[in-house]
Amino acid sequence: MSTIPPVEAAVHRKAPLLKRLPVISHFNKSVGLQRGMLVVGLVLTGTFLLTAIFAPLLAPYGFAQLSDADGSFPTQQAPGGKHLLGTTVGGYDVLSRVIWGSQTAILVILVAVVLSIFAGVILGLVSGYLGGWLDRILVVVADAIYAFPSLLVAIVMAIVISGGESSLLGGVLAAAISITVVFIPQYFRVIRAETIRLKAEPFVESAKVVGASSIRIMGRHIYRNATRTLPLIFTLNASEAILTLAGLGFLGFGIEPSSAAEWGFDLNKALADTTSGIWWTGVFPGLAIVWTVLGLTLVGESINDLNDPRLRGRKRAGNKGGPDSTAAAQAAISADVRSS
Amino acid sequence: MTTLIEAPPSDADGLLPTKKKKSGGGLGQYILIRFLLIFPTIFILVTMVFFLMRITGDPITAAMGGRLPPEQLQQRIHDAGYDRPLPVQYFEYLGQLVTGNFGTTLSDNRQVTEMLATYGSATLELTINALIVALLVGIPFGMIAAHRRDHLPDAVLRVFAILCYATPVFFAGLLLKLTFAVWLGWLPVAGRAKTSSELALTGLQAPTGIYWLDALRSGNMAALGDVMAHAVLPAVALGLLTAGIFLRLVRTNLIGTLGRDYIEAGRSRGVSEFRLVTKHAYKPALIPIITVMGLQIAVMLGGAVLTEKTFEWKGLGFQLANYLTARDFVAVQGIVVLLAVIVAITNFIVDIVAALIDPRVRY
Repeated sequence: MSTIPPVEAAVHRKAPLLKRLPVISHFNKSVGLQRGMLVVGLVLTGTFLLTAIFAPLLAPYGFAQLSDADGSFPTQQAPGGKHLLGTTVGGYDVLSRVIWGSQTAILVILVAVVLSIFAGVILGLVSGYLGGWLDRILVVVADAIYAFPSLLVAIVMAIVISGGESSLLGGVLAAAISITVVFIPQYFRVIRAETIRLKAEPFVESAKVVGASSIRIMGRHIYRNATRTLPLIFTLNASEAILTLAGLGFLGFGIEPSSAAEWGFDLNKALADTTSGIWWTGVFPGLAIVWTVLGLTLVGESINDLNDPRLRGRKRAGNKGGPDSTAAAQAAISADVRSS
Repeated sequence: MTTLIEAPPSDADGLLPTKKKKSGGGLGQYILIRFLLIFPTIFILVTMVFFLMRITGDPITAAMGGRLPPEQLQQRIHDAGYDRPLPVQYFEYLGQLVTGNFGTTLSDNRQVTEMLATYGSATLELTINALIVALLVGIPFGMIAAHRRDHLPDAVLRVFAILCYATPVFFAGLLLKLTFAVWLGWLPVAGRAKTSSELALTGLQAPTGIYWLDALRSGNMAALGDVMAHAVLPAVALGLLTAGIFLRLVRTNLIGTLGRDYIEAGRSRGVSEFRLVTKHAYKPALIPIITVMGLQIAVMLGGAVLTEKTFEWKGLGFQLANYLTARDFVAVQGIVVLLAVIVAITNFIVDIVAALIDPRVRY
């Protein structure tokens, strides 16, 4: 039961570039149900991406459009006819807002995850490599943020950045930066643990002997080796970013309906409709959230399982569930910490 | 080596002195150090929240800006002391916190601590109910999934667990509301109780504020039924979020323990498969749940804010959402700091419980 198959590092060396690309190599490694999960995840994520890219072509109306050539849109109209998914209490077309919402979501994910990787990696490298009091302070601060409900951190940040007001691009940026602050501790921990482990490696020592500066060692020798787990955290965090964005929107920190479409905000508005049995204003944006998060989670989890030789080895014999996404990241982090 | 999910690495960074001398230190020392660690955590969060919220300006402008003439606004800012240097305000704020004064809300002029007394129990009740749902769903289903590993029940349950994670609580709440309250009409749409039972329960002597407990104590069965009916949907909405996580945790760990030698030994002696799962394997598999439960408390409090807003469950989260809409950032800051204290204390308790159960945690 505890025999761990050897890590198949050699496989990666000579394969052509195409086969070494992250998702493709994972696909080739997968079998059975595991492959099914990865494929479903890729399809869901793919549709999400395509919808976001082609939103201007796909959406029948603009996200803030209230009337067309035939006059004003009816309010709270049931799905069917001119408005496939109905209209909201304000007279927006639900289908259009769901489609445009994917663009907002993707913008926020990209900005949030790129920013947090950037900040988290730099802090982790510096903290892990230099050590000392700076390291201690950063670790305590990161732990404090990490232990705190992420939605509350995001709320505080949203207040700081936008004062609760939401403008056009400002809203997207505010949401993205709020989410960034939640994620920095996670990247920080992983990179720091890796850096501490790598610091003791002979190649770092030889670089020191040759006379390389700290910045060069961090930026060139350690950085390259420490960032291998990032794609996994990226996909896991992308889904969490969507949930946080939707949560902020639901609490009224979303982007005003006239500036952009945001699923969480639409759900907030839809809440009042439910009591009178109007379901379409809430169900469709909600399904869009579930669709996207599900897709990203399935991809992330599959990659996580396939990266772990223990979990992957078991898949050969049958099937094996990975730990849940937060716990997976947790386990990844603790594995890294333990190995340091 | 078999547990795939280790205890959270809260002290794995080598920050704790006990870690360095691996042999020394007993449970007492561990508890003491864990207890002392609560304070820097709270202090850091309080400091960060304070300075972050003040960077952008004073709360009075945020709440009243545009609604008051500038001179009057200036006067109110001056009266409240927000025009003094930040460090002065900061130390005054710290001093207030130490004496248990979390500030007064701007919009309705209430003490934040008084608010905790009024609404805290509602949030506590919701969290307890949700935790019960999560355990009731997560543990048995996790056992089934582990037992029927790689078969249909396992696949179905795994998809269910991922769906639980992928559905935001407020959307789950909205669907539950639509189905069971609006269409089927089985359960009430929102709130904690009918006005009549609410009056009966709050009129009790020394009420705990946890409605079902109060109803039980006073023997008011009508109110108890009413309260229970109101509690179901919010508890399920919030509980499912965590149930998915518990399910997979139980499954993963149970599969790990089921592969151990003593299980094999039991099987060879003819112990039934059911008994092996429910009696022999599940106890060691439960240890990681307790540590993860600590992390889940923070997630649940975040989720409680959204659930309370969805179901108009008048707890701290509902108030927080209201104050956010009113742009009353003094109240928001108060509630956030309060929740920080609660999270820090819960994490402390969970760490201690984990150490009591599993001696390996405390080195």
